[in-house]
Amino acid sequence: MLKRLAGCIQEYRTPTILTLLFIVAEAIIEAFIPFITANLVNTIKAGAEIQMVVKIGLLLIVMAILSLSCGGIAGFTCAKASAGFAKNLRRAVFHKVQSYSFENIDKFSSASLVTRMTTDVSNVQMAYMMIIRTAVRAPLMLIFSIIMAYIMGGALATSFVVIIPFLAAGLFMVSRKAMPAFRRVFKKYDRLNESIEENVRGMRVVKGFSREEYEKEKFGTASENIRWDFTKAERIVALNSPLMQICVNFNMIFVLLVGSRLIITSGGALIDVGEISAMLTYGMQILIQLMMLSMIYVMLTMSSESIRRIVEVLDETPALSSPADPITEVKDGSIDFEGVSFKYSAKAEKNALAGIDLHIRSVMTVGILGGTGSSKSTLVQRIPRLYDVTEGSVKVGGVDVRKYDLDTLRGAVAMVLQKNLLFSGTIKENLRWGNPNATDEEIAEACRLAQADGFVRSFPDGYDTMIEQGGTNVSGGQKQRLCIARALLKKPKILILDDSTSAVDTKTDAQIRAGFAEYIPETTKIIIAQRVASVEHADLIIVMDNGTISAMGDHAHLMAESEIYREVYTQQKNGGAENE
Amino acid sequence: MNKSKAGNPRKIDFRVLGRVLKMLFAAYPVLLPITLFCIMFSAAVASIPSIFTQKVLAVVTEYTEAGLMDWTVARQEILPKVLILVGLYVCSIIFVTIHTQLMAYITQGFLSKMRRRMFDGMQDLPIRYFDTTKHGDIMSHYTNDIDTLRQLVSQSMPQLLQSCIIVVTVFFIMLYYSVWMTILILVGVCAMIFVSGKIGGGSAKYFIRQQKSLGKAEGYVQEMMNGQKVIKVFSHEEDAKAGFDQINEELYADSFRAHAYANSLGPIIMNIGNILYVLCATAGGLFLLTNCPNLSLSGLPFTIDIIVPFLNMTKQFTGNINTFSQQINSIVMALAGAQRIFGLMDQAPEVDDGYVTLVNAEIAPDGTITETTKRTGHWAWKHPHGDGTLTYTELKGDVRLTEVDFGYTDEKTVLHDVSVYAEPGQKVAFVGATGAGKTTITNLINRFYDIADGKIRYDGININKIKKSDLRRSLGIVLQETNLFTGTVMENIRYGRLDATDEECRSAAKLAGADDFITRLPDGYNTELRGNGANLSQGQRQLIAIARAAVADPPVMILDEATSSIDTRTEAIVQRGMDKLMEGRTVFVIAHRLSTIMNSDVIMVLDQGRIIERGNHEKLIAEKGVYYQLYTGAFELE
Repeated sequence: MLKRLAGCIQEYRTPTILTLLFIVAEAIIEAFIPFITANLVNTIKAGAEIQMVVKIGLLLIVMAILSLSCGGIAGFTCAKASAGFAKNLRRAVFHKVQSYSFENIDKFSSASLVTRMTTDVSNVQMAYMMIIRTAVRAPLMLIFSIIMAYIMGGALATSFVVIIPFLAAGLFMVSRKAMPAFRRVFKKYDRLNESIEENVRGMRVVKGFSREEYEKEKFGTASENIRWDFTKAERIVALNSPLMQICVNFNMIFVLLVGSRLIITSGGALIDVGEISAMLTYGMQILIQLMMLSMIYVMLTMSSESIRRIVEVLDETPALSSPADPITEVKDGSIDFEGVSFKYSAKAEKNALAGIDLHIRSVMTVGILGGTGSSKSTLVQRIPRLYDVTEGSVKVGGVDVRKYDLDTLRGAVAMVLQKNLLFSGTIKENLRWGNPNATDEEIAEACRLAQADGFVRSFPDGYDTMIEQGGTNVSGGQKQRLCIARALLKKPKILILDDSTSAVDTKTDAQIRAGFAEYIPETTKIIIAQRVASVEHADLIIVMDNGTISAMGDHAHLMAESEIYREVYTQQKNGGAENE
Repeated sequence: MNKSKAGNPRKIDFRVLGRVLKMLFAAYPVLLPITLFCIMFSAAVASIPSIFTQKVLAVVTEYTEAGLMDWTVARQEILPKVLILVGLYVCSIIFVTIHTQLMAYITQGFLSKMRRRMFDGMQDLPIRYFDTTKHGDIMSHYTNDIDTLRQLVSQSMPQLLQSCIIVVTVFFIMLYYSVWMTILILVGVCAMIFVSGKIGGGSAKYFIRQQKSLGKAEGYVQEMMNGQKVIKVFSHEEDAKAGFDQINEELYADSFRAHAYANSLGPIIMNIGNILYVLCATAGGLFLLTNCPNLSLSGLPFTIDIIVPFLNMTKQFTGNINTFSQQINSIVMALAGAQRIFGLMDQAPEVDDGYVTLVNAEIAPDGTITETTKRTGHWAWKHPHGDGTLTYTELKGDVRLTEVDFGYTDEKTVLHDVSVYAEPGQKVAFVGATGAGKTTITNLINRFYDIADGKIRYDGININKIKKSDLRRSLGIVLQETNLFTGTVMENIRYGRLDATDEECRSAAKLAGADDFITRLPDGYNTELRGNGANLSQGQRQLIAIARAAVADPPVMILDEATSSIDTRTEAIVQRGMDKLMEGRTVFVIAHRLSTIMNSDVIMVLDQGRIIERGNHEKLIAEKGVYYQLYTGAFELE
């Protein structure tokens, strides 16, 4: 898992290595400073010449400046490395998602992908920064301090070595106990925030039923509940500090007492006051480094969940891709389904499509009808190869769709999705998704065909009107017509409308269809609709039921043969024109 | 993460800090002072031991210099000092344990309190607030902003206090040793403060910028992930990547700068400390060699026993100033967060001057109404008058709007002179284009918004006099955008009336035509719904929402596009239940599909906030107006 992530460091390997080098340099200088300081103190004490004092002082100042430079540079390179690593991670995740097929997209909710690219990556960034700054430094300082303590204090330094395992075990145990507690409460915390979000979204319901007090009480209980869980976890972590102090302080007293005795009994021969002072300083260092190591451990466990979630996205294999030797030209707009079956997942009991045989000639207009869940969309999504069939084959222009280059195929097959979207940007920018090089004239023409030109021109800014995120500033019907225009700009060989005129009134709907017949007669048109009127005049009408083709033929044929068709037809004609 | 406008760090109002502290004190008037006292005490105690360490070492030096090698004698001088040291350490550990444990308790308690205050305040805000504020921004108060407060209370505040105390104590100890050398240190500290301010300020600025770019990246990713399928269909992947890379690059630049500043602050301050140490040592050496007269609180002359402990003090002093400077970032961020939290808390709540309440009633055969506590199925408005008398009016569901004008903002009026009369048991329908004002009318009836001019009367009572919660309790609403809550299906239905039995909930579901699919769910009525019922279809969610309104059994119902996502065949089935549901109730229906509203008693056609046609289906068809055009499909509704 970590290896997968490490691959994203790329060009930030150099700052990472530089950070490590400078940190090591800083650590070494820093480790020598107390040593030379002790020297300085001893020199002063020995009443040496002032030149000697100044000389050592200057050396120390040079060291401090060196340490400052190394530390400063390391801070800089470390920020660069970690921010860059985060950037690469975010890019890797985003780019990876772009390679996903529909099947992969269905697996992840968009909200979870957003969290992965923001919060999770930020967590990893912080952990990475922490680790490259301390992972090398802490053990290095630890070893160095122990060695120095031995040089200074001889056998006395063993007391540090003795206490290290105890302290390490203590810190480790605290983290170990606290981590699962934190993980549990974080999950609860997420749920609490989800419920706040529900409340914010559903405020009309809350207020409509006068449930404010009820919600307050419910939230109060949940919040208190989490409070106690959090308190429990934090109190465990809070033990770190007294634990440290006990070890540090009593070790100090031990060293002081035993050291004093040693000095006095040996008359300062074995060890002197300066050395004891230095030892105490190194003792402190040792303990601080241990604390750092335990923090790295905590950081790693805290971010391991984020790492897992990021790697999950990166490790997902795109369900389909262009073949090795792709065909890059679609001959015509004919479509053939041969014994096609499809399941959404291998585990699914029911086939979403079963035994579909269907032949559509180029230039035909095909209507598809059927109730909710009858797999109308599932059927047409095979044509631009949004999903691969489980059995059988789909051919476009006489060639299996799996043999085409995906961009070629999708360029030739324009599909207006049921859940369609416009993006923030101007109307023109949105339409150019269909063809980035479309001229203004071509755009206007596509819009005229989709019956969108009129209302676009009625906007003050015309084609330069800004569409807000999610297209909230145009009505449902307007949005649908813009989406059709966007698809038309591709100049496709096959045009598929998946319930794309449901919010357009019947008259405009008819005008759009008439426009198709007149201006793009060469294009194969497939229209999924709820309204019989939308498909009534098609060359071929397919009635879907439960993943199979229940009936097929023209209007007259179906009125005679298909019960479902007849039922829907009479219901809609008698119920008056239903406006949606 | 943070999406809201953090603003310039310089604009941060430090009074916010005062307000946070005041709330903290108010929440823990006893515990907080105890904790703070423990922090101060343990900090003070922490700076004293070095004095005794030095005293011990002084004794040792004295003995060695005198050539005395007798430990038993020296022990008598050393041991008492070591014992004091032990005592001090024990005290310090006890206090540290107390304050860290208490701090964990206080932090979480305070955060829970803040969360609840925000949530409680939020529940009382008018719908206008939710209609005009981005939901993501509201959410970030509960996540990011609260997080910054946690950092402030649990870490920055104790650490600042601790460092302050140590700095002050050490300062006096230093004065105790030598004034000259203390002055030297102060000069160095000024340099440190200057550097901290410069670098820390830069860091805070970029941290806030980083939050902004993160918000921007989040917005972009959200839009693209939502439209991922459209991207695929148009083979637009490369453009999406290019757009993302650009935003990602900006985020990187800000994040890099923010952390570069923050990271380099530590080593710089620390090494200024080191240099200061050397300067002190050299100066001390000089003083010693030149026998310079000392000036100190203790009156001690310059000796090695003064200089060595003083140097140790220098380390502590500068070390704590470093800790201090490390907190600048989190304090600036916390203040920005607190400011936004207070922004939410300070929103004016929904005003409710209503005094007419809804009570259970018993209606005698002669029409007299008596109030009762048990549920009778009859309701009455309890109306206290100025002269102290009480009258009871039976709740019937008679709603009248008279010449109502309204606008969401003062500049733009959306409803002009609208009058609607709905008698008990009538079905009133609104038809019109998006933005014609249909939903607005219903927003006014339940007082989500207040009218600008005109009158709305409910059973003859001006709705401004009715307590809002009681008014809304008497109205059932089903909205187009269905919102379900996390919990079981049963709990969601019961939301309509909290004391409804399982049986009542079930029959409401049957009435709404939802029982059929609910029983087919894996756990039937006990199926857990999450993420606004993500595992249900939009149509199924609407059916549950209808059942929820049905169980409330209100005399008046508002159905705003309640069946829009149910296909025509299912709607025909639901229609029977709906008809039964509407029986004996006043119902306001908004629908696009004319088949849903054809059988209404009155149909109002709205255009740009005005009622342009009214009457029943037959009458409107005969008039051959807009309704007729809609019906024949000659005209478009949007």
